[in-house]
Amino acid sequence: MQAAIETVDLRKTYPAPKIPGRRGPGPAQPTPDVLALDGLDLRVEPGEFFGMLGPNGAGKTTTIGILTTRVRATGGQARVDGVEVHAHPVEVRRRIGVVPQRPNPDRALNVVENLLFHAAYFGIPRAVALPRAQTLMERLGFADKALAKTDALSGGQQQRLMIARALVHEPRVVFLDEPTVGLDPAARLELWSLLRELHAQGRTIVMTTHYMEEADQLCDRIAIIDRGKLLALDTTAGLRARAPGGTMIELALDGDASDVVDAALALEGVERAEARGNALRAFTPRGGDLIPALITAAEARGRAVKDIQLARPSLETLFISLTGRKLDA
Amino acid sequence: MSTLAIDAPARDGAAVSPARVFAALLRRDVRVAARELPAFLLRTTLQPVMFVVVFGYLLPRMGFMSRGYTSALLPGVLAVSLAMSAIQAVTLPMAIDFAATKEIEDRLLAPVPTWLIAVEKIVSGMIQGLVSALFVLPLGRLIMGPIPGLTLAHGGEVLLVALLGAAAFSALGLLLGTAVAPQQVGMMFSVIVAPMIFFGCTYYPWRGLDAVPVVKYAVLINPLVYVAEGMRAALTPGMPHMPLPVVLVMLVVLTAGFGAVGLRSFYRRAIG
Repeated sequence: MQAAIETVDLRKTYPAPKIPGRRGPGPAQPTPDVLALDGLDLRVEPGEFFGMLGPNGAGKTTTIGILTTRVRATGGQARVDGVEVHAHPVEVRRRIGVVPQRPNPDRALNVVENLLFHAAYFGIPRAVALPRAQTLMERLGFADKALAKTDALSGGQQQRLMIARALVHEPRVVFLDEPTVGLDPAARLELWSLLRELHAQGRTIVMTTHYMEEADQLCDRIAIIDRGKLLALDTTAGLRARAPGGTMIELALDGDASDVVDAALALEGVERAEARGNALRAFTPRGGDLIPALITAAEARGRAVKDIQLARPSLETLFISLTGRKLDA
Repeated sequence: MSTLAIDAPARDGAAVSPARVFAALLRRDVRVAARELPAFLLRTTLQPVMFVVVFGYLLPRMGFMSRGYTSALLPGVLAVSLAMSAIQAVTLPMAIDFAATKEIEDRLLAPVPTWLIAVEKIVSGMIQGLVSALFVLPLGRLIMGPIPGLTLAHGGEVLLVALLGAAAFSALGLLLGTAVAPQQVGMMFSVIVAPMIFFGCTYYPWRGLDAVPVVKYAVLINPLVYVAEGMRAALTPGMPHMPLPVVLVMLVVLTAGFGAVGLRSFYRRAIG
């Protein structure tokens, strides 16, 4: 079957950012170009709810930008519905709906006009678009604001307007870039149920997020991306099974943790141990049993334990073991 | 909970004619402009109209200016209104859209080539320029009274000059709006656009500069000169003016030049 989305060795380098207002003596500091995507290979099946998980700056938004024709790749290939994005952007635009990271409604138009004009940009006559817009507004809970200015909408309502806009031309593939950032918990749950419904209708959904729970709850498969590279791609269950050694125990020490790594590794049941500054992370299949032994090992090296955290096998621990950093870091 | 009554996405996003999308984009801009028309006219025509009041009404009555000056003034004032409206209609929205609000993104996702979206912006700026000129023409005539030598016999030529002048300045607006940061737009209007108005042969005919040859040839780099002189050639042909063919060729060249650079600049901002 033809993939809904496919990228092969996708690369993107942004030119070095210019630093304005930097003057003064001495030679200008050349800043290196920014490598946003470093050979990304993805394949999303039709009808799949696909998550892209990674910290800020991982390359998620760049990937969405390329797939939605708004960013030009430096190298590699990207196809949507079998259509090469760079060669046939118009064909791709016809097939996709995009929910941007920050709501950007057309503020010169009112709420329903936002939907009607967007439909018109896709050649949909008003007679068809109006009932469709009405349904979307009712379902998304802002039908009472149809004639309001977009500024009169709350942040959550603006986000939902963006979702309605992305759907009003009935695209096959919907891209959502961090759709729940800035939403309150209730609005987030409401959005989740809506996304599940869209997925159940057979749409292909690609969503970026840096919320582990969100990806876990919604996605069929998840790509873990960091520094422009694909680190893992699997179902949520498959990823969880890959989490190293089950539980992660993190000890916050009062000094550099690297001295303690060897001692921790020497303990029976520790599969992996690493130091991150003052934090010692040990991965073990034995749950919290090892905590006393780890504390003793740290103290034997002259370190006091300030705090202890325990993380069960999860996408979070997998992510940390793959990237060495936490998602929200 | 009701289900989302949206057809399953089975349809294969049928091809849409670019003309239809273009019409929708233009309809959007016209609707927004119509809503803001009073404020827009005030912003773009107040200055030329006040100029008409002072130099076309007050000074002639005080005896400082001859009545004949109004024949040189009216075409120039039309040119200023046309050009400044066309440029402002495009520059400011572009600068804000691209740098700050990103509102234009929904149009950039429309299934048409990106350059067509830029061309639509130019056309929308042209329309607004023409509306301003149409507003100022009767108003200027009303304020100044009968204008010696004014004729509407060459309506086709007037329209041609107006269309090309609006196109050149709308394209310039696209270029400036996509190349200048919004914080610098005000600065740009003071430093580039204001001198353009005063050295654009708007308030005096170009041939009048025979008296100061350095200025006469220096102002030829100013695109507004050709709009003003074209208006003179078409509206008050009895007054000294540049030959109409020269004016038309220059306006076509300027439109093509600003358009080509403006489209490239737009594309650079639209596609990262």
